[in-house]
Amino acid sequence: MSWPLYEVFVRAKRGLNHVHVGSLHAPDDAAALRNARDLYTRRNEGVSIWVVRSDAVTASSPDEKDAFFDPSGDKVYRHPTFYPIPGDVPHI
Amino acid sequence: MSSFEDVLAADRRIEPRDAVPDAYRSTMVRQIAQHAHSEIIGMQPEGYWITRAPSLRRKAILLAKVQDEAGHGLYLYSAAETLGVDRDDLTERLIDGRQKYSSIFNYPTLSYADVGVIGWLVDGAAICNQVPLCRSSYGPYARAMIRICKEESFHQRQGYELLLTMMGGTAAQRAQVQDAVDRWWWPSLMMFGPPDADSPNTARSMAWRIKRHTNDELRQRFVDMTVPQAERLGVTLPDPELRWNPGRGRHDFGTPDWDELKRVISGGGPCNAERIERRRRAHEDGAWVREAALAHAARRQEGETG
Amino acid sequence: MDLYDDDLTGDGHWAFGTGFADPLAGIDAPPASPELAAYCLALGDDALVMSHRLQEWCTRAPELEDEVAIANVALDLLGQARLLLARTGRGEDDLAFGRDAAEFRSVRLAEAANGDFAHLVVRLLLFATWRLAILGGLRDHPDPVLAAIAAKGVKEVAYHRDYAAGWAIRLGDGTAESHRRMRAALEALWPLVPDLHADHPGARAEFETVVADVLARATLDAPATTGRAAPRGEHLPELADAVAEMQSVARALPGATW
Repeated sequence: MSWPLYEVFVRAKRGLNHVHVGSLHAPDDAAALRNARDLYTRRNEGVSIWVVRSDAVTASSPDEKDAFFDPSGDKVYRHPTFYPIPGDVPHI
Repeated sequence: MSSFEDVLAADRRIEPRDAVPDAYRSTMVRQIAQHAHSEIIGMQPEGYWITRAPSLRRKAILLAKVQDEAGHGLYLYSAAETLGVDRDDLTERLIDGRQKYSSIFNYPTLSYADVGVIGWLVDGAAICNQVPLCRSSYGPYARAMIRICKEESFHQRQGYELLLTMMGGTAAQRAQVQDAVDRWWWPSLMMFGPPDADSPNTARSMAWRIKRHTNDELRQRFVDMTVPQAERLGVTLPDPELRWNPGRGRHDFGTPDWDELKRVISGGGPCNAERIERRRRAHEDGAWVREAALAHAARRQEGETG
Repeated sequence: MDLYDDDLTGDGHWAFGTGFADPLAGIDAPPASPELAAYCLALGDDALVMSHRLQEWCTRAPELEDEVAIANVALDLLGQARLLLARTGRGEDDLAFGRDAAEFRSVRLAEAANGDFAHLVVRLLLFATWRLAILGGLRDHPDPVLAAIAAKGVKEVAYHRDYAAGWAIRLGDGTAESHRRMRAALEALWPLVPDLHADHPGARAEFETVVADVLARATLDAPATTGRAAPRGEHLPELADAVAEMQSVARALPGATW
């Protein structure tokens, strides 16, 4: 019988989002957080950690991909390259 | 929707919930698990020397290094689990011999110089093997490898630095270093696997972008990289056929004893039984702990909901 | 993956294990008085010997996550030992590898030979609780070096205590077997507790409050047995084997450089 699987998210530094870094096993939430600290921030890679039981994550399925993601695929105005900017404008 | 082949053709990454051929999945599980097992078993030959390290600085370095190996094993098991396998099951497969780990860890470590030579040659060979895996087609594996390669380069450097220090020490220390190099050189070359002609899966693994270079290509790269390091260190690599070939622009070198590799892979190495036995004992001795933690968690949850 | 670049440069990670900056940077270190040196030696030996016992757990942990955690604790204590031994004015390696076991100043709780994981948990709970109480008080010690070592150590040892307390509660309030093993470990180690109180009477109140709280949550009773307090310098017989192993390579190669 093995411990449940947890997904680990680390905020590398202030100003950045938490990013998924991997998973680990732990008997409970407190141990998962502690294990995440020991495993994924051995070299001070993070300022904040989230852990969540893997079975609590609801994910989109690859089969739904077209319906889920293609609608925004053509919304090019979301992407900065939609707006041509003259090359002599600095810092943009 | 992109198919498996389209993703590979575009050199993009396969991600956990994508539909993949069964053979891709099983090959990936086997490769990642074998890699994870190697990290965990690989803690043992060096771990023996932690309590015996000859200075407190060396002790801290070695302890941190062996701890990293446990971490690397965990990153890799984590990647394997995205393919729908359970770590406990992989551990069972390791300890009952159904899955392998790198044969290099079936050789004994006989002196503290072995710690340095493992860092320099074994980790060096591992890096040659692993850097291309950072571009493996399987996303979670590639990401784990990026992290591992970052940390491994320090492992190799600490090993080389230990050897440089020992070579600057007493005659007895220099003799230990040369002896360790003599014992580890050929097993290190074998880490790249059998010659291409005897490696039937290479073609498919390359098509699937699980592998990026052939065994012989990587072996050659390792030799070319290592020879000048050996010269700088002042040790002799134990291969009379080793010489620079100006025509090829590479080093020529002798042929490893492939029969020995087969023997060690199939369990006949000096330490196979000992390594597996220690892993089995840790796993079995820990069973009551893992069970108790689950029992406690279940009771606490009852308390919260009931 | 620039994430890692900041901390992977330089020798800092390797020198103290977990990548913290030199905790003594910029602090003046006048030579230690004999009393200060003796005190730092004692606290340094506690950390060195306790770290050794945790190093012996390498590749034996009940789960891989705990393999990493135990190594972290061992690294922290090794780092503390190095700073404290250096504060004596003698070289850290001279002290670690040049003394016979009889000359060590460690408490017996750190010396006891390892047992099962319950033994690790109970020992670490007792040791870290005691040490945290001591280090907490040393943060404003008149010696700036010792104060800085204590300030760094408090953060580390608080984490060690928390790790041990979490496990004590899980195992004490786990299965019948884990409860039985925790009781056995308590019975084995409790007689060594009076040494701690005799050595640092000021740490006793905090120690007793914290340990009582953890044991209560672990559904465990403190053993009724008490032992005789042994002064520092009185050792358990198994220390000699540990020290011999620690010194085996260093002593086999006289004059070597590492």
